[in-house]
Amino acid sequence: MTFPYNEKVLEHFRHPRNVGTIENPDGTAMEGSPACGDMVSVQIRVDPDTKRITDIKFESYGCASNIATGSIITELAKGKTIEEAKKINWKEASDALGGLPPIKAHCSVLAVEGLRSAIQNYEEKHGLVTDQKTTTVEVVRKRLKKVMNPLSGLDLVRTELVKDIRVDGGTVHVTVDIPADHQFASNIKGEIIEKIEPLWDVKKVEVEFLE
Amino acid sequence: MTGKSVYLDNAAATRMDDRVLEAMKPYFFETYPVATSDFGYSLGIEAREALEYARDEIAHYIGASGDEFIFTSGSTESSNLAVKGVALALGEKKGRHIIVSSIEDFPVLHSAGSKELEKQGFSVTYLKVDHEGLVDLDMLRDSITDETILVSIQHANQEIGTIQDIETIGRICSEKGILFHTDATHTFTRVPLDFTKIPVDLITVSPHTIHGPKGIGGLFIRKNTPITKWMDGGFQEFNLRAGLENIPGAVGFAKAVGLVTPKENEEIKTMRDYLINRVSSEVSDTTLNGHRFKRTPQNANITFHFVEGESITLHLDMRGFSVSTGSACFSRSLEASHVILGIGGDHERAHGSIRFTFGRYNTMEEVDRLVDTIAEVVGELRKISPLAHNKEA
Repeated sequence: MTFPYNEKVLEHFRHPRNVGTIENPDGTAMEGSPACGDMVSVQIRVDPDTKRITDIKFESYGCASNIATGSIITELAKGKTIEEAKKINWKEASDALGGLPPIKAHCSVLAVEGLRSAIQNYEEKHGLVTDQKTTTVEVVRKRLKKVMNPLSGLDLVRTELVKDIRVDGGTVHVTVDIPADHQFASNIKGEIIEKIEPLWDVKKVEVEFLE
Repeated sequence: MTGKSVYLDNAAATRMDDRVLEAMKPYFFETYPVATSDFGYSLGIEAREALEYARDEIAHYIGASGDEFIFTSGSTESSNLAVKGVALALGEKKGRHIIVSSIEDFPVLHSAGSKELEKQGFSVTYLKVDHEGLVDLDMLRDSITDETILVSIQHANQEIGTIQDIETIGRICSEKGILFHTDATHTFTRVPLDFTKIPVDLITVSPHTIHGPKGIGGLFIRKNTPITKWMDGGFQEFNLRAGLENIPGAVGFAKAVGLVTPKENEEIKTMRDYLINRVSSEVSDTTLNGHRFKRTPQNANITFHFVEGESITLHLDMRGFSVSTGSACFSRSLEASHVILGIGGDHERAHGSIRFTFGRYNTMEEVDRLVDTIAEVVGELRKISPLAHNKEA
């Protein structure tokens, strides 16, 4: 039999670790991708003194790579301090799974973001975050590093697909160097909007494609 | 994994029938020459006779004459030839407007909307369908303009199996003097179609869905239909489709057509209905996509809510079942099924949709095993789904 994933991925898909929810979690997050429709929830329990993640649970409404990444991320994060856990990235999760197909990056990166958002949620709830920054080109660029280019499995910024970013009042305008009828154009557009729109001072996100 | 694998993706491709292979074999090893003219050598004349015999058999099956059917390399080529060939023939003379349904398969959708035709000034109207996948006939009437040259609406849908009223569509077109093409890839021999009664000008067909060979297809072209050849080469297929004839394929195609019986279609439908009934009574939160009755006998398409399709197909695959899904995660383009979205479904509905398509080699015992396995798999996935919290699978 020839399955589309390696054995380690299949093993985590079949027997995902740390599935479920935590009662009264210290940090919680639900991440979703409008492009592929996958969703993942992550909840953490944090030791207030050591700032270590003592318990972590996830749930997935997603494809095999989403489920497997959710599973591996809980194993990677458990026992780490929140500062250590924040640094876990998609590459590390993918490596721990023995490699994921690049085209699946955008479904699986959700679990990584879920973990970060749960930590952020914990920090916000416990007064560990201070000021609200104004959205700048740099803030937008940083967020676009979370949008995956499905062809390479790397982000849009790294693969130099972001041609231009303009922040004009509450409107953010992003120009992407792919044609509008590109195979993944609508996925990429959806993900860009999803990443930029939640910024507190952004009212509108415009995505333009180049021919 | 126990037992042999169970294949339920017969709309995509089928296991070829051994009898088809037997019929084709002599044309690989004995009568292998090119189809020559009447003045060629005897093996070539025999090859040509086999080709013409196959053509006549397929044509007569729906009441067409032999010179109203040409062989192509498959459905994709047939639909390309139908849409672009008519556009080339009538664009300058009559107009540059084409009407298609929004849930057509890609060969029709992408031919009508091709850059090629766009550059020549063609415009396309994509007709919306209702929640069961049926084209609104009034909307079709309203969309026709003086510029309209072609309507292309499928006989039945590739994903949800909904059968269109092509008889009425054909009448609407012929009253207005507009050509009508239908893609019958998923109905040919499974759903009756009478060429002498239904005013349709062009029909795309293929044997890959009925246990025939891959790499061959056909296009019915009613006499006197204006159509321009667009692939250059020799004068084969009434000078409409250049290239060496695929004679083993043609013979296999004809054989496959002859092997489908009304009894088999009835059996397939019985298995399909049994699947739908068992799933809807034993698995909670499901939606049947498509029309309950106006659907091809081989198709069932069901959304399992709160879970994702690729996860279901992979779990089923690991247990020996081959099915497909309309989920974006399963597709090469990462696009959710345009058909499920077209019938008013949201991404969630496409996300958890599974297509089961039956064929000659399926059995009731397989359906029973399948439903048991689905109930188990969907139950497992719902246990880890944040959307199914308050649900018992």
